[in-house]
Amino acid sequence: MNARWVAVRLGLRRGWIELKHQLTNPSDLITTLIVAAAFLGVMLYLRATTVPGTHFSLSTTILAGVLGMNVGFNGLALMAGLLTVEHEDGTLLRAKAIPHGMTGYLIGKVVTVSGTVLLGVSTTLITGLFLFSGLAIGSAGAWLTLIWVVALGLVATLPIGAVLGTLIPSARSAGLLNLALGGLIAISGIFYPITHLPHWLQWVGQAFPLYWLGLGMRSALLPASLASVEIGHSWRHLATFGVLGAWAVLGLLVAPVLLRRMARREAGSSVAARRAKAMLRAG
Amino acid sequence: MVTMFGAEEFVLDVRDLRMRYGRTDVLDGVSFTARRGEVLALLGPNGAGKTTTIEVLEGFRMRSGGQVSVLGTDPAHAGEAWRARVGVVLQSWRDHAKWQVRELLEHLGAYYAPYSSPGLPRPWEVDELIAAVGLTEQARKRVRRLSGGQRRRLDVAIGIVGRPELLFLDEPTAGFDPEARRDFHDLVHRLSDREETTILLTTHDLDEAEKLADRILILAGGRIVADGSADELSRQMSTQAEVRWSRDGQRFVHSADEPTRFVRDLFRQYGESVEDLEVRRASLEDTYMALVRQFESGVAPEPEAAVRRFSVVAG
Repeated sequence: MNARWVAVRLGLRRGWIELKHQLTNPSDLITTLIVAAAFLGVMLYLRATTVPGTHFSLSTTILAGVLGMNVGFNGLALMAGLLTVEHEDGTLLRAKAIPHGMTGYLIGKVVTVSGTVLLGVSTTLITGLFLFSGLAIGSAGAWLTLIWVVALGLVATLPIGAVLGTLIPSARSAGLLNLALGGLIAISGIFYPITHLPHWLQWVGQAFPLYWLGLGMRSALLPASLASVEIGHSWRHLATFGVLGAWAVLGLLVAPVLLRRMARREAGSSVAARRAKAMLRAG
Repeated sequence: MVTMFGAEEFVLDVRDLRMRYGRTDVLDGVSFTARRGEVLALLGPNGAGKTTTIEVLEGFRMRSGGQVSVLGTDPAHAGEAWRARVGVVLQSWRDHAKWQVRELLEHLGAYYAPYSSPGLPRPWEVDELIAAVGLTEQARKRVRRLSGGQRRRLDVAIGIVGRPELLFLDEPTAGFDPEARRDFHDLVHRLSDREETTILLTTHDLDEAEKLADRILILAGGRIVADGSADELSRQMSTQAEVRWSRDGQRFVHSADEPTRFVRDLFRQYGESVEDLEVRRASLEDTYMALVRQFESGVAPEPEAAVRRFSVVAG
């Protein structure tokens, strides 16, 4: 069999193995559960609150938004974080030292992160269905929208996450990215309609994929009447497709260049230097 | 010289390798060769360019000048099929922490399967490999639960999982206890003798270099200042040997240029009263220190001249 195809297959297996590691590792599992519990707590707390101008539960809206955020945040932060950490600890160098190892490595990352996203989305959705009322998932159209938004969301965010991963100098500064994404979430209309923000902030929010992922998920899971509280009183599917598509194209163009550059520069001494630096900080 | 450059006669053929960072020449014309199955040890003070040399040969670093042929190919432009024939032992830190030893070796080994041939089956059978590096009891352990020494054994296992024809080891036994070191030496001998693997290793341990290497290269100031077996090096470099003896309960030490003649004279003069005679040739350590010191004081002989002298013996 062709060596490249073997590596592709091994990449899929690698992703699956690492996903299993994540699911069987107590500390990873606890972190995931705590985060999920925190979001559900917020939603439960806001159960009686309604979306301004409607009689619709704010928590149900947030649930849909959080699903979108899950895709965007993991696609960007998890991908970037894994690449940064594994660049620092030498995983990437190992991949470089074996034939077609980089192909396998990257496919593995895509599988692991996508798997994490899909698991997160499905568990949150299933829990939400039991706890909150009003989700409009009865139609095939809703599921179709859900599927294309998640799929396009992954294609839009994973490459950009990889780009960020190659640009972040150390695992420690990866925390800054999470902070920045936290700020971005605040202006992306996930927890409160974006129309209540100042105009210029609305524009900033709309420049990034997070807002559109939230909007896309709301369009899939909420009754059509809720579109009235969005910008332009519409779900704007065409614009969602356009913006996410543009991010996808940008990421797919830039990521291979930067990944190749990162791989080219990788050598034993560079890993050793990063290790020495990290040890110095730790000690 | 009529040998064709890059011909498979040499597994490694390095000529006038240069590496320049900014205005500093880290490598200033390094040349050496290695034949199939040879074990080479690259010695030198810190900053002499050992790691840089290895990284250029591994294809991990672009050189500034010179010709390099590794398994008949320029590593700067080598493809994945070449990569499959080369093994690199990297120092792990905390990568693949959640993987089990066996799981990881099986996974990484599988990348080599398409490069298998009847004469050279790849990868190494995983349980056999685990046994060869002495990790059988840890096969199901997660990598992060391994001790430092066990982790280095795993590094070696990952480096050889694809049955490389050429293996690079950058300070392989740093952090090994004496027993692990002994096991590792056995493994290197097995690789070079039975598998005909060509090995290039760097080390700070001169004793180790002497035990493992067929040939020793000493790198100082960006050049190879000596190239030969440990024996050749000490015979050629240090002309003096240390002679110790005692006479009438008194101890004597003398450095002799020609120890055989000195001892003959000694017996002629004192006959039976000479006791506890000991003639000590310069050890590799003495040779190494002399060479490096000579080099650092700036009075080193022209490096090429030194190399030529050794290669006459070596060749």
